[in-house]
Amino acid sequence: MGIAIKMPALSPTMEEGTLAKWLVKEGDEVKSGDILAEIETDKATMEFEAVDEGKIGKIMISEGTEGVKVGTVIAEMAGEGGEVAPTPAPTAKADAKAEAPTKPEGGAAKLAAEAKPTVQDPAIPEGTEFVKTTVREALRDAMAEEMRRDERVFVMGEEVAEYQGAYKVTQGLLDEFGAKRVIDTPITEYGFAGIGAGAAMGGLRPVIEFMTFNFAMQAIDHIINSAAKTNYMSGGQMRCPIVFRGPNGAASRVGAQHSQNYGPWYAAVPGLIVIAPYDAADAKGLLKAAIRSEDPVVFLENELVYGRSFDVPKLDDHVLPIGKARIMKPGKDVTLVSYSIGVGLALDAAETLAGEGIDAEVIDLRTLRPLDTATVLESLKKTNRIVVVEEGWPTCSIASEIAAVVMEKGFDDLDAPVLRVTNEDVPLPYAANLEKAALIDAARVVDAAKKVCYK
Amino acid sequence: MAKPTTPRASSAKKADAPAGADHNRPRPETPTDYKASKEELLEFYRQMVLIRRFEEKAGQLYGLGLIGGFCHLYIGQEAVAVGIQSALKPGKDSVITGYRDHGHMLAYGIDPKLIMAELTGREAGISRGKGGSMHMFSVEHKFYGGHGIVGAQVSLGAGLGFAHKYNDDGGVCVAYFGDGAANQGQVYESFNMAELWKLPIIFVIENNQYAMGTSVNRASSEDQLYRRGESFRIPGIQVDGMDVLAVRGATEEALKWVQGGNGPILLEMKTYRYRGHSMSDPAKYRSREEVQSMRDKSDPIEGVKKYLTEAGVSEDDIKAMDQEIRKIVAEAADFAETSPEPEMHELYTDVLVEQY
Repeated sequence: MGIAIKMPALSPTMEEGTLAKWLVKEGDEVKSGDILAEIETDKATMEFEAVDEGKIGKIMISEGTEGVKVGTVIAEMAGEGGEVAPTPAPTAKADAKAEAPTKPEGGAAKLAAEAKPTVQDPAIPEGTEFVKTTVREALRDAMAEEMRRDERVFVMGEEVAEYQGAYKVTQGLLDEFGAKRVIDTPITEYGFAGIGAGAAMGGLRPVIEFMTFNFAMQAIDHIINSAAKTNYMSGGQMRCPIVFRGPNGAASRVGAQHSQNYGPWYAAVPGLIVIAPYDAADAKGLLKAAIRSEDPVVFLENELVYGRSFDVPKLDDHVLPIGKARIMKPGKDVTLVSYSIGVGLALDAAETLAGEGIDAEVIDLRTLRPLDTATVLESLKKTNRIVVVEEGWPTCSIASEIAAVVMEKGFDDLDAPVLRVTNEDVPLPYAANLEKAALIDAARVVDAAKKVCYK
Repeated sequence: MAKPTTPRASSAKKADAPAGADHNRPRPETPTDYKASKEELLEFYRQMVLIRRFEEKAGQLYGLGLIGGFCHLYIGQEAVAVGIQSALKPGKDSVITGYRDHGHMLAYGIDPKLIMAELTGREAGISRGKGGSMHMFSVEHKFYGGHGIVGAQVSLGAGLGFAHKYNDDGGVCVAYFGDGAANQGQVYESFNMAELWKLPIIFVIENNQYAMGTSVNRASSEDQLYRRGESFRIPGIQVDGMDVLAVRGATEEALKWVQGGNGPILLEMKTYRYRGHSMSDPAKYRSREEVQSMRDKSDPIEGVKKYLTEAGVSEDDIKAMDQEIRKIVAEAADFAETSPEPEMHELYTDVLVEQY
């Protein structure tokens, strides 16, 4: 049975090439591995090896021929006793190319629409006691409750155990759960992020603490390439249920390398859940939800908020829905959209604005991916004005994303341009006056709100 | 070469105990070649030939444009995956590797059709066509991929080892990586924690002598890679990775060490890839003669063939097996070419597990 030897594709991009030289002639016996010809591709000159054993029959394309299309029959070979199936015509490739993927209507937005659209925070039963709790304690309580509930949950990071947490978030966990489940690591972010991701693939529920998210840049390969993409690349076969958590954003006077908001970075990545809560009740309810999620979660906290106290409902199991924004204060004149520490500034600004006769609605996004655009657009319908408040850089920010979504889906509801109140577009300076000037504050939010209200 | 049933002096090299205070630390025994039964030899041969024929066919399909992107073939290195994985318990021990992963999957008995269909990007592929050559997984077999970032599988593998220890399930993780990955920082971060926490993991360096086009001694200040764990107190053994019995023998010793609660061990498999780094590699960094000489003198399949002949297996039996494997591979290729591409809606599935 004859085998057609075809012009091979020798690189991912090659469509045609030059048959530079034949190294065999008609009638030659060849075996697997022998070089048949030299072929010039778009990148290099490659040796083309025989795969099958047999005798070279007719050579159809002579050496020196340029522009030989991939798949062209260049020679025929007599096979070994018909045991080798004839090589198939490369039609499948042509088909595959012709059929460019047509993006179904809505794309990823369609998926979001298929998600539970009306999910609400669970109702808190009447008469529930509220306990003043710091964000720091709420986060610890969330981890402790989930560790009691599920043996697979463990906490790993730098200084999480014996030191009780660099920012005391893991205080007491070692005492209750022991060294098997509360694990101090060496200073080795890339390594322990990978170990965490591997443990998640192997069936555990790691909570990986980064002392701050600035150091997670060392580990971002595992967060994105190992954790976020695994479920997709495996066709849904292999999961990576892991929580990467720690303080994010500017702290106080710690300089440029320790002061950055990574929310927009992670929120850009399909396959990740990104949560950035503001108050203690949300921190607790969302961290518990994050630990239970089958998906990898980046959980962004804020050092400056750790010590603030908020009312937390005293419930056995306070779990909140991921992907749902929260209206912190209803209003009718302007919508202030924010997350994390920015929510506090937006609430302050709303109070000032109220004194000036402007009734602001404040929305805490809480989850940055998937983004609850429905709540934002619903609010816009009512107020017709939006200001996004973000402690972070302006370029390619969550604020940019909100502005784009509002342009695409809420254009007719706008009575004024969307304004962004963000940090200055510079690395964070150390000097007290410069740092203050670089970061957002309530006064800037007030100014922007008045501007969109034309007041 | 002696008969496989009689022990011979192994060519395995063990890292010498370093001079200094810790020279009395316990160390693994010098491994001896595995004494394979005739049946086991036949199985080694069958798996290795299957990998070779499969990879040749993959190369052919790549040439026809049926496989796209990057495609890294395992030809020449067959003895490593087969020798190691024959000693493991699938479903109990775990395996993780880099992007040159077809051979490891075949050595775990995963259906060649599903692997080939993944290479051609079809719905029936083991990752439903969404992973490709470099991203294949079988959680059922505890085969955890299939990773494209050089060295990432070492940290992930340490995590799998961590899970074995945490669950106290008696399993051992084998994390394969190449001589190129051996220079990545995270490998040493993982060595440190793996030894510190005595994780049950065998680190396997498949030293095929070239990291893409850069030879080991152009890239590694310590080119005896089995010594790379020493400063973490991880013992290392250098093994003839072209001899499946030497590989299996060293794996037995490594398993004994790890299962004895001694923590990780490092095996350096001296091997060779006949083909380029990937399909688009013109391989100008080494001579044709070098490759030919390896094929002539050290081919792992020819090596097993010799053992088989010595064990009294006839040429006809071997030939029959060859025919059978060609048929399996031809069927896999046929399946991979004819089965449909993924449905369009698959573009949007599996991004997340849950709905939010």
